[in-house]
Amino acid sequence: MSYDAKFLLSLYRKMLLIRHFEERVKYLFLEGIMPGTIHQYQGQEAIAVGVCSALHADDVITSTHRPHGHAIAKGLTVESLMHELFGKISGCCRGKGGSMHVGDMEKGMVPAVAIVAGGVPIATGVALAFSLRKEPRVAVAFMGDGAVNEGAFHEAVNMAAIWSLPVVYVIENNLYSASTPIFEMVRLKRLSDRAAGYGIPGVSIDGNDVLKVYETAREAVERARSGGGPTLVECMTYRITGHSRRDPCNYQPEEERKRALENEPIGRFASHLQSSGVADQAGLDRLAAEVDAEIEHAVETAMAAQDPKPEQALEDIFA
Amino acid sequence: MAHLTIAEALRQGLHEEMARDERVFCMGEDIGIRGGWGGAFTVTLGLEKEFRERIIDTPISEAGIFGLALGAAIMGLRPVADVQYGDFLFYAMDQIVNQIAKMRYMSGGKVSVPLVMRAPVGATGRGAQHGQNPESIFFSVPGIKIACPATAYDAKGILKAAIRDGNPVLIFEHKLLYGSKGARAESGAVDASSEIPDGDYVVPLGKGIVRREGSDVTIIATLLMMHRALQAAERLAAEGISAEVIDPRSLVPFDWDLVNASVMKTSRALVVEEGPRQGGWGAEIASTIGDTMSDYLTAPVRRVASPNIPVPFSPPMENFYRPDAERIADAVRSLVGSA
Repeated sequence: MSYDAKFLLSLYRKMLLIRHFEERVKYLFLEGIMPGTIHQYQGQEAIAVGVCSALHADDVITSTHRPHGHAIAKGLTVESLMHELFGKISGCCRGKGGSMHVGDMEKGMVPAVAIVAGGVPIATGVALAFSLRKEPRVAVAFMGDGAVNEGAFHEAVNMAAIWSLPVVYVIENNLYSASTPIFEMVRLKRLSDRAAGYGIPGVSIDGNDVLKVYETAREAVERARSGGGPTLVECMTYRITGHSRRDPCNYQPEEERKRALENEPIGRFASHLQSSGVADQAGLDRLAAEVDAEIEHAVETAMAAQDPKPEQALEDIFA
Repeated sequence: MAHLTIAEALRQGLHEEMARDERVFCMGEDIGIRGGWGGAFTVTLGLEKEFRERIIDTPISEAGIFGLALGAAIMGLRPVADVQYGDFLFYAMDQIVNQIAKMRYMSGGKVSVPLVMRAPVGATGRGAQHGQNPESIFFSVPGIKIACPATAYDAKGILKAAIRDGNPVLIFEHKLLYGSKGARAESGAVDASSEIPDGDYVVPLGKGIVRREGSDVTIIATLLMMHRALQAAERLAAEGISAEVIDPRSLVPFDWDLVNASVMKTSRALVVEEGPRQGGWGAEIASTIGDTMSDYLTAPVRRVASPNIPVPFSPPMENFYRPDAERIADAVRSLVGSA
């Protein structure tokens, strides 16, 4: 399939925005400038960007404890995210959510669910609403590999299957559930084999190839939108940062890490763009400078923004 | 005007709300199966004939039921999700406690969760896993409103208020109060039927009611225990003790104005609940009355509840477990005698 340069560069720019956002956040965090804890997305950018690029603005995603990449890919501004990570009232969840619950329904992102597989039934319910209202909209549940061993995953995928709900389940298989190798916890070679048990299509793909992710997602999304029901998509990837703050990743073999770094999605896509003549190094550098400026602006405004009043904690329980 | 049981009144309420608002739908196990029961206690019986697309029979998947209901609610629908027995809510605890109760808060107030949950409760000859009163477990979770209707009038009015509330509302219904008929009738059932007025009405959440006026002691009780408290009050009256019985109808929000006004008048309070004593909602109510009404109290606030054991099966043991009118009357006697 051939794409115009503008589209290809927009994919690259979004992946880069996520990567640089995460690197900046990691620095702020390790310097002790940013509060809380973080679960980061470096290495998995092609999945969020590939999938969300196949969605309409009014399609809806659910995310996980590792949600920054999904949020940026679905159109939340890095400013609204950075403010939230700093706990500011100007954040996307007014400081009540933090890193693990970022979201914005106006952008089609349910506040992220930080319980493994917890978002899977919710995305399925979003799809149920679309189905009951006969709206041509699609829901996507992002999840990590560990989610397939939760009961909530099983219950929700089965319900989507029996009712042909317009939902796509995207497993980001980065090989580790926290530190535990996923293939010690399932007797499968491919997590997408689970799809057969629900009578739905399942596919495993190279999740570090943004165009492959985009094309696969487009097919699954169109199937869902046209009444064909759910699809289970396993995207093989690798987390090139810790599970959470200060994780030294001693459980990742050195050889495996080295190969993963060579295979990381942004470098791969940059080579592709250059070898196919879509961009030269100077062009990619300009994009990098652009995203860095955007991120710096977000950091500066977030650090300058007002803290919430402590007693504002008492608000927002009930409508 | 019609005389209806709780099951019939709930069914009528669901029918009216679904007819009034096309966003309202029901999902649960066995609720609309042809030749089925209309839910475990007949509440949805026949509704599927008129609302085929909006009475959704689910797999036996409680986490799925409540998770999907949440997803539909945040998209603006008004789901009414139920379980066959309150005991099954525990399968959905992550969805109810971590997701449903917290979604609005985590979003900084930007997301609304207009979601009604219904759960039958009460020790009814079914032993430890079909007879619990789990109200207290949810009472300690911020973000969920809790209602406990004890009459058919209240059941319909509270259901309607809950559907229109715009927040997660968990309605506990008592198996012995439903008035289910035929093969689904309960032995030991208590008549909780009411005259139901023609036309629309709601019973606001957080609004309690004085079921019987009295001057010596305030008894606070919900669901089956409210009916037992009325029986106790009748016996006590014969002994010259005047008991006021308050049915708070909602545990969250709680009608403190009504309770405080009563305690000011009677100077004594007894809180009755069917669930286990330890960590019960009655402890919170009793302690708050003790804290805020000490100037008016002439005796320490007392409680009646079940012992801290699972619900036993054998009828003599179940009767030992569940508080009854005599246990309530005894507690009142000692309260009044201690003054």
